[in-house]
Amino acid sequence: MKHKTQLRLLLALVFAGLLVTPLLINRVNARRHQANAVALGDSASLARHGFYLQEIAHSAGIDFVHQAPVLDAKLNPIMPEVASIGASASVVDFDKDGWPDFYVTDSAYGTKNRLYRNMHDGTFRDVAPQLGIADVNQPGTGVSMGAVWGDYDNDGYEDLFLIKWGRPELFHNDHGRGFTRASDQAGLPPWINANTAVWFDYDGDGLLDLFVGGYYSEDVDLWHLKSTRMMPDSFEYANNGGRKYLFHNLGNGHFEEVSEKLGISSRRWALASAAADLRGTGHPDLFVANDYGVSELYLNDGERFHEAGSKSGVGFAPKSGMNVAVGDIFNQGRYAVYVSNISEDGFLIQGNNLWVPKEGSRDSGLHYENMARDLGVELGGWSFGAQFGDLNNDGNLDLYLTNGYVSLDRKKSYWYDFAKVAGGNASIISDADHWPAVDNRSHSGYQQKHLWLNDGAGKFVDVAQAVGVSDTYDGRAVAMADFFNTGALDIIVANQRGPLLFYKNTVTPRNKWIEFSLEGTKSNRSAIGAQVTIHWNGQEQVQQIAGGCGFAAQNDSRIHFGLGATPEIEQIVVRWPSGKIQTLQSWKIGQVNLVKEPE
Amino acid sequence: MSAHTLPIAANVSPAGMPPTRWRRIFSLENRFVPPVFITVILLIGHFSFGILESFERTLLAIITSIVIELLLGKVFVGTWPNVASAYISGISVGILLRSPAFWPYALCAAIAITSKYVVRVRNRHIFNPSNFAICVILFLASEQVTTLSIQWGNNLGAMAVIWCLGSAIIWRLRRFHICATYVLSFLGFAILRAHMVGDPVLSEISPITGPEYQLFIFFMITDPKTTVRSRLGQCSVVFCVAAVEMVLRLHNNIYAPLYALFMVGPPALLLEMWMSSRKGRVEQNLQNRIAGSPAH
Repeated sequence: MKHKTQLRLLLALVFAGLLVTPLLINRVNARRHQANAVALGDSASLARHGFYLQEIAHSAGIDFVHQAPVLDAKLNPIMPEVASIGASASVVDFDKDGWPDFYVTDSAYGTKNRLYRNMHDGTFRDVAPQLGIADVNQPGTGVSMGAVWGDYDNDGYEDLFLIKWGRPELFHNDHGRGFTRASDQAGLPPWINANTAVWFDYDGDGLLDLFVGGYYSEDVDLWHLKSTRMMPDSFEYANNGGRKYLFHNLGNGHFEEVSEKLGISSRRWALASAAADLRGTGHPDLFVANDYGVSELYLNDGERFHEAGSKSGVGFAPKSGMNVAVGDIFNQGRYAVYVSNISEDGFLIQGNNLWVPKEGSRDSGLHYENMARDLGVELGGWSFGAQFGDLNNDGNLDLYLTNGYVSLDRKKSYWYDFAKVAGGNASIISDADHWPAVDNRSHSGYQQKHLWLNDGAGKFVDVAQAVGVSDTYDGRAVAMADFFNTGALDIIVANQRGPLLFYKNTVTPRNKWIEFSLEGTKSNRSAIGAQVTIHWNGQEQVQQIAGGCGFAAQNDSRIHFGLGATPEIEQIVVRWPSGKIQTLQSWKIGQVNLVKEPE
Repeated sequence: MSAHTLPIAANVSPAGMPPTRWRRIFSLENRFVPPVFITVILLIGHFSFGILESFERTLLAIITSIVIELLLGKVFVGTWPNVASAYISGISVGILLRSPAFWPYALCAAIAITSKYVVRVRNRHIFNPSNFAICVILFLASEQVTTLSIQWGNNLGAMAVIWCLGSAIIWRLRRFHICATYVLSFLGFAILRAHMVGDPVLSEISPITGPEYQLFIFFMITDPKTTVRSRLGQCSVVFCVAAVEMVLRLHNNIYAPLYALFMVGPPALLLEMWMSSRKGRVEQNLQNRIAGSPAH
């Protein structure tokens, strides 16, 4: 009897221990977070992390505040929710002066997009109006959602594809002196409600093709709704979104739409996409992150695409995909893919995905495992745009993530009302009339951003606040470029209904770097899809030129490598989209190396 | 959740003869029905729409439940217990809990089973084990854990199958009145809530069309071990659960049904225990009085 009582007492203690466990785990996590949540100051940050960031938009001549679209009045009760995207940022050297410029979109009727020309003195000047790509948000034509740049006619200057909820536009770059509308000649459809597009040469013919992912169905005019049944018909399995387009470049300024013919036919709600040769086949594959559903992975066999999301593991669990960034985070010559989703304490913990290819799976069929939790990059709030880049030049790719959905009244939350409808049946969720009014409430608003520093040993540590990132705007697009040609990757962040932020990066001179500017000859001239692999100090890192990545963003087409303090480069190999492999014979550390594809 | 051992209706053929082996197997009236039913729900939900966070996490919850049940059953009862109830607890945790981490699944399953052996009144556990454990985890680890709150696909197919199958089974198990009372109460309160807060009625009805409610209605509120015995009492309790849920929903609590059951279930059981012991005492006194009175 006594023995039994003792056992019961012991069980009660164990039970109490079980109840206390979550509290202990929370405390440990909070302590870990707090350690890096204090602003260090510039010199301390430089000493500890090897870099610091300063927000200099205003002093650099950038005073841009994004305005959200105002859609059909029938959507007024939930307008902040449906009009919650549109801020974008894409880096381009449109005038070929060797200094990266950038383009940002506005999203209300009558507003103007901006093309900030790099003035080489630390400042930027908006030249969009005089070059003809500012006034593109006119009533009846829809509004801008993003932009991607690629030289579709191989004349040496990057052309602009404007992603819209409305009439998509292609602008030909007239040698940096102006832009000519080429949409009609290109044969683009009259209306697409898109949020993502990617330039890539899927068939290796030396001409850039274009993928466009629809969000709302293309037969919906969001300013003149025929019906309020235009919302997703499921929070995680929606299949009533916009169609996807693959425009094959015919080489004469015309494009042929070939998506269905080549195996791309989903109607999931695409929000982000990126193209990369994930299997080393020489053919760029296409990764699409969908809102309200699973991601899609279209493997390219050179002739058509095969959807392998489920088979590869990336399309198994439905989430709210909002970003696709590609990076060789382990310095093993293999790309990992970062997809952002939603995490909000107490409501929804989807967790972001860091898809890492399983060892040896490249040849036997690609299989990914989600290592976001193991590496510490899983929880990022209502996450949007993210990009990989070596921010302290230590030789490891770091990760910048922006977030925050709708920041209105700080004290009131829309989460409860959102959750009760999001869990409902298709007939309820798909009709905007059934959604409770937002009433100025916040929805995952005012969130702290994340900058995860890759320690090179399998962990990412969040140092955002420590190195100077303290904003809490509703972040959307992130783009990186060495804007001042100093060997440091700067960061621009486009915020929804908020100011454009320019984080200037200062990196310790101890760490070395090298950059490459590529020009294709047989391959497309933008060299989009070209890969540079550096072998140094017994490791290798591969990077590629992308025709769009992240969320509504595009990084600089120049490839930046951090090399650490004492680099000894063994080999640099360029693989061109044409299939040509070029081993560089000479290079200069601390410089931008110009590389032209051998004839 | 965890129906544990849903009540088994009298397993006797009309002629009073024992049923055949095959009839017993295919009958809805056997002890394997609840585990099989919840497994069917899991498989339909997962292979149609991938509702599970992952197989590994669900498996972890199931294995943890079963192992702890076996261990505690052997130590405290002295025999190897039937693990059907633990299996349902584990699978319930595996379906209902949503977390990218593994530990909440193991911890929640462990709390569920252990609570049956620790939180007891008069040798009876008063909390529905899965409900207790999920509420505890949701309350204490909200940064890591949420519950399944999304629908199963965008068609009515899977939902209709589960409602029909569930209703049929619950009907045969003679507990359909519990589910019906709850559903009607929920709908009534939803209309009232919509009127009070000014939101569309369908937005208030929306939650009950999701899978979380199917599991809640068929497995949690009907758990015989933690529900009162009389039909009127059972209906009254689930009406109170719906009423408390409404109050919680008015305070924007998204886990309202789980917390409502957590708050209403045990007091109802305690009340029933108190009433039945009081009745027992009165009867005893009466008997004593009769026994002590002079013979007529």
